[in-house]
Amino acid sequence: MRASFYAALAFCGRMLSPIILVPAVLNGLLTGAVYALVALGLTLIYGVLHIINFAHGALFSAALFAAFFAYRLLGLDPYIAAILLTPVFFLLGYGLQRFVIGPAAHGEDRNILLVTLGLAVVIENTLLYAFRADTRTVNLDYAFNVIDIGVAFLSVPRVIAFGVALVVALVLWLILTLTDTGKAMRAVAKEKLGAELVGIDVVHIYAVTFGLGTACLAIAACLLLPTYYVNPHVGNAFVLVAFTIVVLGGMGSVTGSLLGGMFVGVVESLSGLYLGESLGQIGIFVMFILVLLFRPSGLFGERA
Amino acid sequence: MKGITVPWILTIVAALATLPLLTASNVVLNFLIVTLLIALVAQGWNVLGGYGGQYSFGHAAFFGTGAYVTAIMQMRYGVNAWAAFAVGIGGGALVGAIIGALTFRSGLRGSYFALVTLAFAEVLRILASVAPLTGAGVGILIALDLRPQAFQFQSRAPFYWIILALVGVSLVVVRMIEQSRFGAWLVAVRENEDAAKALGVNPTRVKFAAMTVSAAITAAGGAFYAQYYLFIDSGIAYGSWISVEALLAPIVGGVGTVLGPLLGALVVKALGELTKLVTGDTPGLDLVVYGGVLILIVAFAPNGITGLLTNLRGHFMRLRARALGRSDG
Amino acid sequence: MAEPLLRVEHVSKRFGGLLAIDDVSLAVEAGRVTALIGPNGAGKTTLFSIISGFLPPGKGRILHRGTDITGLPPYLMARRGIARTFQIVQPFAGLTVHENIAVGAHLSRRSRAEALKAAAEVASAVGLANLLDRPAASLTVAGRKRLEVARALATEPELLLLDEVLAGLNPTEVAAMLPAIRALAGRGVTILMIEHVMQAVMSLAEHVFVLAEGRIVAQGSPREVVSNPQVIESYLGRGAATRLVVAGGGHG
Repeated sequence: MRASFYAALAFCGRMLSPIILVPAVLNGLLTGAVYALVALGLTLIYGVLHIINFAHGALFSAALFAAFFAYRLLGLDPYIAAILLTPVFFLLGYGLQRFVIGPAAHGEDRNILLVTLGLAVVIENTLLYAFRADTRTVNLDYAFNVIDIGVAFLSVPRVIAFGVALVVALVLWLILTLTDTGKAMRAVAKEKLGAELVGIDVVHIYAVTFGLGTACLAIAACLLLPTYYVNPHVGNAFVLVAFTIVVLGGMGSVTGSLLGGMFVGVVESLSGLYLGESLGQIGIFVMFILVLLFRPSGLFGERA
Repeated sequence: MKGITVPWILTIVAALATLPLLTASNVVLNFLIVTLLIALVAQGWNVLGGYGGQYSFGHAAFFGTGAYVTAIMQMRYGVNAWAAFAVGIGGGALVGAIIGALTFRSGLRGSYFALVTLAFAEVLRILASVAPLTGAGVGILIALDLRPQAFQFQSRAPFYWIILALVGVSLVVVRMIEQSRFGAWLVAVRENEDAAKALGVNPTRVKFAAMTVSAAITAAGGAFYAQYYLFIDSGIAYGSWISVEALLAPIVGGVGTVLGPLLGALVVKALGELTKLVTGDTPGLDLVVYGGVLILIVAFAPNGITGLLTNLRGHFMRLRARALGRSDG
Repeated sequence: MAEPLLRVEHVSKRFGGLLAIDDVSLAVEAGRVTALIGPNGAGKTTLFSIISGFLPPGKGRILHRGTDITGLPPYLMARRGIARTFQIVQPFAGLTVHENIAVGAHLSRRSRAEALKAAAEVASAVGLANLLDRPAASLTVAGRKRLEVARALATEPELLLLDEVLAGLNPTEVAAMLPAIRALAGRGVTILMIEHVMQAVMSLAEHVFVLAEGRIVAQGSPREVVSNPQVIESYLGRGAATRLVVAGGGHG
């Protein structure tokens, strides 16, 4: 009896030892950066359009497929494919908001909800129909390279992803602060009517924002491809995580998404460590539900 | 807004009950059974979403609970199938009450409400996919026992009549809600929560009650599904497919109306069959069509089929009035 | 003297750095029409929201017939017989006029049939009888204002808080509304009204409170209040009262 108690204690001690914790935390941070990139798109769209883009996950799946086929059919390394896919997905996002979501929703919150959900269903199932549910991966030479930083081995693609994600966040921040379009976006986010009155083309800004959000997905997909797999449902998993991040970090906040992303990455890594792969996923959702339930409704009670 | 009366509801149900006598085709009966099943699940969604205005994206949570509880009660605890059915409904209602209590006390509305219901359904799906109680990745098979006492039948007709009866009950229940104080309060909360409060309505309690009723009705659909197909797993029970169909049917048919979910289920399922006819059985295409239909309906006919019919009737009345020389009423 | 129907005791309310209501005390006598006037931004609607339970006060109490009702949620206020209308009308847009009013009538009636019947009566009382089956969204501004009043009235309130029911109405519409409000008072409903339309205040109110910059600056009969120099100043600015007298204006 006492033996098993000590065994359990030793087990806990081992589980909590730095040798296990530190790499888990670091890897969590790295994955978190990609989460943050996905969340950035979402938070941007929420911040300016004040809608929750339910199609974000499906669009991410589409981006992953695009990156995959860019590699398979065009031989493009994912990091190079990003250069091609980012503008393509920007245009896709722009078009979707300008010609589908905007017109179909007539501006009503409930309708926007349904239209983005409808889009999500259409996109995800088109992928399913076209490419079936098989999981695909790419085999890249450098996919398994690691850097040894003493306390942990870090996967090279993940480190690159981390770096690029930070750069993208910075670029987005610069766009928002320095460019005219960015200022227009911030104006529309704050006060749509006022922005319209001073001559800002709100329809265009909405579309640009959506395009930027989708472009973030394209970049994230290319960063993720070397170390992850592709199937029509991956997007969903990522997107609920992204929602959690956005809600944690504050809707519409770029820094919030970055920090929230890394925090969530660490939580996921740790709960995956202690609870196993599938159950670890629950950690995220539970956190999501808790955040939604207990943050004061003043911050995000009614208006989407 | 008069709505359909109970006598008419019973007439429609009676007419539908004669269908198995007109056809022996299993294909047709199966189609009708599945349609009615979706209509039941959709009616559940309609109570909360259509009348209450709270759009849930996670009704799978109640469907799946009804299905799993029924299956587990029978297979693990040897409970009689009919009793297990009842417990399944209760289980679903309980889950609805819990989620309702949590979300409405926090004042969640709109997109956030939709998100949180989505999250709850996902949590349940993941739990069901790993828990031994729910058969983990393998799912649960209800043992074949083709006796009425075991809620299983040799032919489809009894299944049809049972699901039809359940749908009939749900139609009457919703009609009664429509005609009650609770119903008036519910739509008031949907239209304008602050104004409703000022008139003595307790929005939290009203929404909570609606959620519980909604969950119970949908859970009945889930429990029936388990009995009809005799197999469920986490993807079937808590999958997003049922959450989507649960909201699509009422929106197509007309949210906030008694017959909307039934009409919508018919259209949606017919479309699904049509799609399969034209393009074969590849998975995914029917949902693509559903997503497209959702967007189109929201864009062009937000009040669904019922709305279109009401508009048509309005036009027709005006034409008639003009033709008879009376001034516009 | 009998305990007033409603007593507001030393209520204050702060929004961030702004003190919207500053130590306001007032009493509303049963059966009377009391008016709350003051320049825009004085805090009148905020006070209404506090009284009706939509906002908690920072400090102070609200007493209803001597019972402390501070901080009760709005629906409990309504059930106690305190009804309010909204300055920006809030109809149940997707419902008909009849159904709108019926929601109010349901406060004390379970049966749908009874609620609809009572609603029809209330509609007649405010002149909406011929619009019962119209969608609320199709009403004119004047119609919607009447609907606000009708809905609140259907709850059979003891105290009715009217928030600028006459705002946005043209003179004809105002003239049509006044008798309706007077009739309410005649039925024994105590009314506390926020109003800018002075004609209504003068002809309806028995007692007037003046709120400016969150404070009560004067109270009394309509005539007293209107000639009070402080009141004139709070509307027209410092020194205005004197300027008016000098210019030969001002009323006795």
